[in-house]
Amino acid sequence: MQIELKDNIKRRNRTNGRFRYLIIAGAAVTVIPIFLIVGNLALKGYRQINIAFFTEPAPDTFQAMTAASSGEIIPGGIANGLTGSLLMVLAASLLAIPLGLMTGIYLYENREKRYAGIIRSLTEILQGVPSIILGIIAYIWVVKNITRGYSALAGSVALTIMMLPLIIRSTEETMLMIPTTIREAAFALGVPYYKMIYKILIPVSFSGLATGVLLALSRILGETAPLMLTALGSPSISFDITKPVSAVPLLIWDFYNDPNMVNLVWSASLFLMVFVLSMNLLSRRIASKRKYI
Amino acid sequence: MSDTLNSEPVIKIENLFIAYEPGHYAVNDVSAVIKRNSITAIMGPSGCGKSTLLRALNRLHELYPDIETKGEILLDGQSIFSMSVIDLRRKVGMVFQRPNPFPNMTIYENVVAGFSLNDIRLKKSQRDEIVENALKSVTLWDEVKEFLYRKGTFLSGGQQQRLCVARAIAFNPEVLLLDEPTSALDPVATSKIEDLLVELKKQYTLVLVTHNMSQAARISDESMFMYLGELVEAGRTETLFTNPKDKRTEAYLTGKFG
Repeated sequence: MQIELKDNIKRRNRTNGRFRYLIIAGAAVTVIPIFLIVGNLALKGYRQINIAFFTEPAPDTFQAMTAASSGEIIPGGIANGLTGSLLMVLAASLLAIPLGLMTGIYLYENREKRYAGIIRSLTEILQGVPSIILGIIAYIWVVKNITRGYSALAGSVALTIMMLPLIIRSTEETMLMIPTTIREAAFALGVPYYKMIYKILIPVSFSGLATGVLLALSRILGETAPLMLTALGSPSISFDITKPVSAVPLLIWDFYNDPNMVNLVWSASLFLMVFVLSMNLLSRRIASKRKYI
Repeated sequence: MSDTLNSEPVIKIENLFIAYEPGHYAVNDVSAVIKRNSITAIMGPSGCGKSTLLRALNRLHELYPDIETKGEILLDGQSIFSMSVIDLRRKVGMVFQRPNPFPNMTIYENVVAGFSLNDIRLKKSQRDEIVENALKSVTLWDEVKEFLYRKGTFLSGGQQQRLCVARAIAFNPEVLLLDEPTSALDPVATSKIEDLLVELKKQYTLVLVTHNMSQAARISDESMFMYLGELVEAGRTETLFTNPKDKRTEAYLTGKFG
């Protein structure tokens, strides 16, 4: 039996063509917001970005109002947010990187074990916990019981919990790509277990581990909600981990709440966006440069 | 070759059982001797337990706690299970099926990896000497001396495998275990490795797992034929190939299975 295919093919080609355009349009729609966001922030925020923006703490309402009403640049900057973010991210990294690496290595080394399976599931659940809840937890643990008041430490703990699942997962996944024969080669030379880990596994998977850590960092840099309940914010530059500090995203929230400081919202957002973006690019660079596996 | 006839055994395997899961023996009651300064080929079809047997000789199975080993293996009369793993593995080096130089290390670092990874401190001059000697023994020196500080993974597969042999012999072991060392290599690289092995048996005792019968016939002095975990037959390679005693050996050699 002969089936007439001619019309069918024409129609198919048409559908094919339409579908292609649909996909291209979809892709365009997805990337347009990114350009709009960066463009918008750059246009509105560039004027406020100068040296003082990085070296001076946020202005008070009165200073901002005076400047805004006379059409001048708002004095002050985000230095208190920068130092606060730096302090908290540093403390969170000190906790989360070793802990996350160790857990990730444990999961990789004991893939089949029941206990590892439980840890893995819990890690995945932890990743899905809304960040505001982590803030509440850190509030109860640290603010209520340890520092007895809002503190950078409490913020760091919340950020640590956010970083952990990201680092654990990327560590395990990176290590899974290392052929077992590389490990066996080390063992066949009589290398003890712990040395195989820190002299072979970690260096070989270094780029993957660094990528995971950088992505986790860029993830927590923009985190605001848990910090509201923990670090609270502070108008001055402070490096005391037991006292409240500000953070860049917290400042953005503060600026937003003060009609006189609207312009600073744009600049601070622009800075945060560019910073996080460059971290992402950096992590890609590292990933491609020191790739062994 | 006649000198190997009467040579003393380096390794004695006595009633060795190895099970990956309880009751299922991948190596079933194997007893054998490995003679000094010879190449002993372990042959057999896939899954016959030849790699499993080989990996018992440097206690590599201990990495996997589920694997159960029973029986005795003596190295120079001493039980390997009573030695420290590090000592044992310094005396019994290993080369794997696929070339596996450490990807984070240079060619130079790979050769001395056995020392550096075990925190054995050497002077620069000692290290230089070890690297040069080991690479010369594996006939890689002339090919790589210009770029010792490039990553080991930059070499071709055959060169990488010779680098792995160099890494194993840098420790100056007594025994070298080779787990199908040419199965991932092309014929040219394979013949280089084979020449190398014949050269190396002057200094070391070699145990070679191979699924390639002609390779066993070409370079080995002694052969073992394994089937379903059992050591079916062992003896001089010539005898085993020309006049096999067991029907299963004969069937394998004539290509009836495997």
